[in-house]
Amino acid sequence: MHVNLFEVAMGAVASLAVPFAAMGVAGKPVDTPRLPLAETVEIAATAIDYPLPGEFLLDARPATAASMKIETPAFRIMKRQVSLADYELCVADGACRPADARPNPLDVPVTGVNWLDAEAYASWYSRGTGVTWRLPTALEAAVAAGERFGGESFTAQADDPANPAVRWLRRYREEAAAKRPPDPEPKPFGHYGPNSMGIEDFGGNVWEWTSTCYERVTLASDRKTVLSKTENCGVHVLEGRHRAYMSNFVRDGRSGGCAVGTPPENLGFRLVRDNDFPLIAWADARLRGLLGQHSTPF
Amino acid sequence: MFTRRQALLGAAAATMVAGALPKLASAAPVTEAEIAALPRQKITLVAPPFVHAHDQVATSGPKVVEFTMPIEEKKVVIDDEGTEFQAMTFNGSMPGPMMVVHEGDYVELTLINPDTNSMPHNIDFHAATGALGGGALTLINPGEQVKLRFKATRSGTFVYHCAPEGAMIPWHVVSGMSGTIMVLPREGLKNEKGEALRYDKVFYIGENDFYVPRDEEGNYKTYESHGESYADTVQVMRGLIPTHVVFNGAKGALTGDNAMKSKVGETVLIVHSQANRDTRPHLIGGHGDYVWEEGKFANPPAKDLETWFIRGGSAGAALYTFLQPGVYAYVNHNLIEAVELGATAHFVVEGEWNDDLMKQVVAPSPITTN
Ligand SMILES: [Cu+2]
Repeated sequence: MHVNLFEVAMGAVASLAVPFAAMGVAGKPVDTPRLPLAETVEIAATAIDYPLPGEFLLDARPATAASMKIETPAFRIMKRQVSLADYELCVADGACRPADARPNPLDVPVTGVNWLDAEAYASWYSRGTGVTWRLPTALEAAVAAGERFGGESFTAQADDPANPAVRWLRRYREEAAAKRPPDPEPKPFGHYGPNSMGIEDFGGNVWEWTSTCYERVTLASDRKTVLSKTENCGVHVLEGRHRAYMSNFVRDGRSGGCAVGTPPENLGFRLVRDNDFPLIAWADARLRGLLGQHSTPF
Repeated sequence: MFTRRQALLGAAAATMVAGALPKLASAAPVTEAEIAALPRQKITLVAPPFVHAHDQVATSGPKVVEFTMPIEEKKVVIDDEGTEFQAMTFNGSMPGPMMVVHEGDYVELTLINPDTNSMPHNIDFHAATGALGGGALTLINPGEQVKLRFKATRSGTFVYHCAPEGAMIPWHVVSGMSGTIMVLPREGLKNEKGEALRYDKVFYIGENDFYVPRDEEGNYKTYESHGESYADTVQVMRGLIPTHVVFNGAKGALTGDNAMKSKVGETVLIVHSQANRDTRPHLIGGHGDYVWEEGKFANPPAKDLETWFIRGGSAGAALYTFLQPGVYAYVNHNLIEAVELGATAHFVVEGEWNDDLMKQVVAPSPITTN
């Protein structure tokens, strides 16, 4: 963990912002942020070899995307997945829909939540803390996962341009080989342990929603240049033991979404705490509150 | 009465088989001595979806074909959530194994109810005539065995099932006690013109509907014994909505490593049996070239079917030659039952792709606006 310039700057602004916030925009008192801030881990700026999510075509055949060296600025992400207990607070506040979680003690990650639920929680939690929280991009999730990043479970490359069935059959065989008995019971925090960056439980039996949309990309022969692209934000990328793509309304990972391998037992999430001005975050949250955007519109 | 078909069959048999001719049902009774003089064949049954080796065309006259089936009550897992189910099985499998004989053969079954079981069981063969399909002559307690002989007088695929008495009947059947016997015409399968049809492989799919009780939280309940599960299970059964509709006793039993294997150009006979409830098999991306929906080979097969209908309490047969490689899903085309309740199997088919039959002319790309 290291203190960077940004945090110094942020601290300075925060000290200015708090009295202002307490006064309120129109001089009336407003409810100050009341929720405790979740513990986060700071991930330093880095560059990783990153297999782009989505589906890729080259010469009208399925292809693998080139793994690209991509830079990410530093960011802060929750050390643990959002807990069922915390999610229940959002439900009690009327800002989140009850999760399809299995009956459990509350001290487990929330599961049985779809992308819309995760978005609703992020905006509620931002309002409640006065800090902007959002889902990580798939790239951020990959960076934070570190050595536990699973990525694609299947090489999409067409094996035989003249016979699409060769690839289907390979995929089927790989899937059968990757089959493992499902283990759906959510585990207490820390069950899967921290990764080298101190992020807890990544790659366990909870797959994590990201803000990255599914897209289908037609590549040029250099495998890098994008000739055309169709983005479908009705489907988002999840990272976990392996990458999955799920429709925004899906709460049960067992309904599929994996190229190869046992489908996700559970869907959950953790949030990125944005490196922004608390004042702006507060104002933003306040504004959104005033605009009535507590729950994510469909 | 002596039908035209039997006359034809008799004539055909006479030309085909020199020597010992079966006396048909319409003829004078066959004596025990005559049956005792018939050749005997002992078959070792194999677990579904496979079927014991057999001749498609009979190579000799009628025989007595001997089978032995122990009944096994046991706890099994029926889905990928690990739901435990108190099953009752013929020969340890759901469905019970398929027996294959030829029309005119005698089936001689030794049914064993080991003393490790807790309940009386029996067997009712839809292929047999009289005594409740044999049920009235085969009811045995744990620790007993019985030997039944019946003459396979009609060709076709037929269900067999346990039918002890009263409320026990549906419960034993939906606990897994059903199977199939295939009685082939002595001259083998024929199309509507009377031309011979052959198969390279036969796959036998038994469909089960299960009714597993749930607790207050909606989770499936497990029971320590069959007896403990009975009352709750009957309540679910009476609602007529199964919690599971599966092939070969468990969700996914015929997928992945256990998917059925074939290749382009190979002809498969798919026998589908459902002892309790209607179903509608469909091979996604394929067809039924010749289908005996009712399973009875004396009727000409329907051709080129997309989906076929198997009445609850019957077994049907479909013949198909694979024309494209790939992974085929074989489903009950009530797709809710196929996908949500488990009635999906897979065929993995190797071979060369045929662009003439199908080709992706333009790969997915953004919509053009010119
Ligand atoms: Cu029984």
